[in-house]
Amino acid sequence: MVGIRSYGGYVPRYRLNRFLVFGSMGWINPANMLNAQGEKAVANFDEDSVTMAAAAGADCMTGFDRSEVGGVYFASTTAPFKERLCANLVAGALAAGEDIRTADFGNGLKAGTSALMAALDAAAAGTANNVVVSAADIRLGKMGSVQELMFGDGAAAFMVGDKDVIAEFKGSYSTGYDFVDHLRGAQAKYDRQWEERWIRDMGFDQFIPEVVNGLCEKYGVAPGDFDKVVYPCYYGGARKAIGGKLGLDPEKVEDNLQAVIGDTGAAQPLMMFAKALETAKPGDKILLVSYGSGCDALYFEVTDNIKKLPSRKGVSGYLERRAELDNYPKYLAWRHMVDVDTGLRGEEMKWARWSMIWRSHKAILSLEGTKCKACGTVQFPPQRICVNPKCGATDEAEPIVLSDKGGTVASFTSDLLSATINPPAVYGSVNFKGGGRFVFDFTDCTVEDLAVGNPVDFSFRIKHYDEIRDITSYFWKAIPA
Amino acid sequence: MSEGIRDKVVVLGMGCTRFGERWDASPDDLAVEAFTECIEDAGIEKKEIEASWLGSHIDEINIGKGGNFLGMALKLPLIPVTRTENFCASGTEAFRGACYGVASGAYDIALALGVEKLKDTGYGGLPDSPAFGQMQVAIGPNATAPGMFAQLGTAYSAAYNVPMEKVKQAMAHISWKSHQNGAKNPRAHLRKPIPEEKIISAPMIAYPLGLFDCCGVSDGSACAIVTTPEIAKKVKPNQELVKVKALQVSVSSGEEALYTDWDGAGMLTTRRASTKAYEEAGIKDPRKEISMMEVHDCFSITELATMEDLHISEKGKAPDDILDGFFDLDGTIPCQPDGGLKCFGHPIGASGLRMLYEMYNQLLQRWEEDRLVKNPKFGLTHNLGGVPNQNVCSVAIVGL
Repeated sequence: MVGIRSYGGYVPRYRLNRFLVFGSMGWINPANMLNAQGEKAVANFDEDSVTMAAAAGADCMTGFDRSEVGGVYFASTTAPFKERLCANLVAGALAAGEDIRTADFGNGLKAGTSALMAALDAAAAGTANNVVVSAADIRLGKMGSVQELMFGDGAAAFMVGDKDVIAEFKGSYSTGYDFVDHLRGAQAKYDRQWEERWIRDMGFDQFIPEVVNGLCEKYGVAPGDFDKVVYPCYYGGARKAIGGKLGLDPEKVEDNLQAVIGDTGAAQPLMMFAKALETAKPGDKILLVSYGSGCDALYFEVTDNIKKLPSRKGVSGYLERRAELDNYPKYLAWRHMVDVDTGLRGEEMKWARWSMIWRSHKAILSLEGTKCKACGTVQFPPQRICVNPKCGATDEAEPIVLSDKGGTVASFTSDLLSATINPPAVYGSVNFKGGGRFVFDFTDCTVEDLAVGNPVDFSFRIKHYDEIRDITSYFWKAIPA
Repeated sequence: MSEGIRDKVVVLGMGCTRFGERWDASPDDLAVEAFTECIEDAGIEKKEIEASWLGSHIDEINIGKGGNFLGMALKLPLIPVTRTENFCASGTEAFRGACYGVASGAYDIALALGVEKLKDTGYGGLPDSPAFGQMQVAIGPNATAPGMFAQLGTAYSAAYNVPMEKVKQAMAHISWKSHQNGAKNPRAHLRKPIPEEKIISAPMIAYPLGLFDCCGVSDGSACAIVTTPEIAKKVKPNQELVKVKALQVSVSSGEEALYTDWDGAGMLTTRRASTKAYEEAGIKDPRKEISMMEVHDCFSITELATMEDLHISEKGKAPDDILDGFFDLDGTIPCQPDGGLKCFGHPIGASGLRMLYEMYNQLLQRWEEDRLVKNPKFGLTHNLGGVPNQNVCSVAIVGL
């Protein structure tokens, strides 16, 4: 039986009140008042689609052994690279191994469901099992645009396999249309959309019912048979109309999280699906629909195994982990939408030296250190000679992944001299649980959240962004647990 | 068993520039200024110098690499110049090279000069440089020197259960003392007394370090000429000889950065280097025998921890000694009589030699009454380079 084995979600900690944006930018587009409700989730300055996909992937892996993973698929329309496979970065962050299938899916908002179907098909064919599919997006609208208010950032991940599934995959139905409601050219930074009435009436309102009916006809079910129905559409009225057209009980239509997260692009239907699974019961039929350049509809039935799935943060857990970003210009600076002065110190170059990064890629991507076989001392970064003064064994070390170990704060500071677009730089010495120590940047916190002895987790983040060469470098940071 | 170099080398002369934002002075100007004073003091001719050591740290925005800078700036007659770079101990390392050259019998007279031109970066604080290599750039924190040293404060408070308010008070007294002393010193960078309340309430740079907890970033140069006791007696028959009693260096083993036993509240290297230095100098009880000190107060918290690491204050008790005035100019062991890094300034490669310059002149009782340490016997200097969890420490003791 092929289906979903596990799910995970991720919502960045910071939330931007839409009215705050409107307060600054409403002058250019007063009609946006209608969209200035609720808040949107925004990635921190050191997050992008890759780091959010890694976070959702890690949540999805809760209780599973990383050696089981047979592949990692990354789906996004906002990949930080045109050439450099992001799935390998996500796989590295999950320490999922390197003899696995990795692939990126992009360019359309169906990318998340396309990746999921590709993983389901591989599991069915027996060519790859336990593929982790992680979808994330961090789309930008221009200052003052509708999209700036409607879009949000987030991620969801699923492990797809052929046994012990929590939701059996029953089938799918797809359409593909060159219906250009939203568009970004290869060099474009911001989304561009056609008239909203056309998108609403000829897009969402036509294509979603069409794909749902197509799937129902193919598998001999009715829309009303589904216990949970997931479909995107951030126009509130149109969303209701689609449900009415399909004869759906409004109680069974999953919330699109528009009021608390926003439209997360390729991740949107998968985040809604992941959240639906949080409360799903054995026997529940779930319909997952994506929208954008056509639609994919996927039909799942929840199994008894869902009761055995280890608890995880999920979309709901991450929604609760929340801090207000009460500063709209800071959002613009984080997304490199405006030029800000980080001082001359900020102009010093931080080169990505690829031969060095490759040599140490397991330490950098997987937070892999060494454990001395002679005395058991864990150390990071990897050491040839054991650092324990009572040991000192040479070349007796074995690798150990530390990203999921957590740690405690040994010392910390909050530094106003460091050049960063998110001052002050907060960092400090962290002792890994089980041994080893390293000085990490802290993120998603302020110095007030820290004290010696406090527990921390590790999060895969952007380490440097080289604006001149458009190169993002990654490493791990510590966040208060 | 090695016997060390106690009393085998004598400081024949020293020189030191005014430290500060020397916008008009090139590194060459600074080196010539220090050297001119030094060679006049030594009472010898340039051609008598047989070998030289040059200390400087951040070569990229400074003098460049290698020893050529010194040979060309001072027009040294084709003698050896060895550049020493060992973080903030670079100047003391130059001195150590010159002393070992003389103590070994390889040379009769040797020169050590430290120089640093820091104020050509365009921004405040130390230059941002990949000081720990490219891997540290890739994975290390977005750190500055104040932030790395600030962690001594949070770790110290936790390790000895001393409330942060008391740590801050002791740190403020340290900076107050340096400002008091620096104000009396015509060559110091910062020459203004600052009240403790103003120090405590200053803007934060890196928690818990405020503006006045951080030392000056300065340009400057300092210089020493060393020789054997026999030659010194001939050159200066009527002057007391300032002898080198001990020179020790200790470098982190990775234990502090990677192993979890270290409490982060003091420097293992300073503990080891000072123990070895007291042994070499024949000092049994440093708290009773050391007359005065110039220590590496890059940040006030560094000086606080160093008082314990040098085995002067008991562990956890440095704040008490500091607040008791034990290290004030009129206290039991005056510490930073010249204003320290805090107020005399910190041109990295010159700092170790600047500290020795102060000890040398105090031992010869050359200063004005208001900043004179009375009848000193041993003067200790201490440098701490790098950051607390991976550092280079030097301890030198000079005496009569």
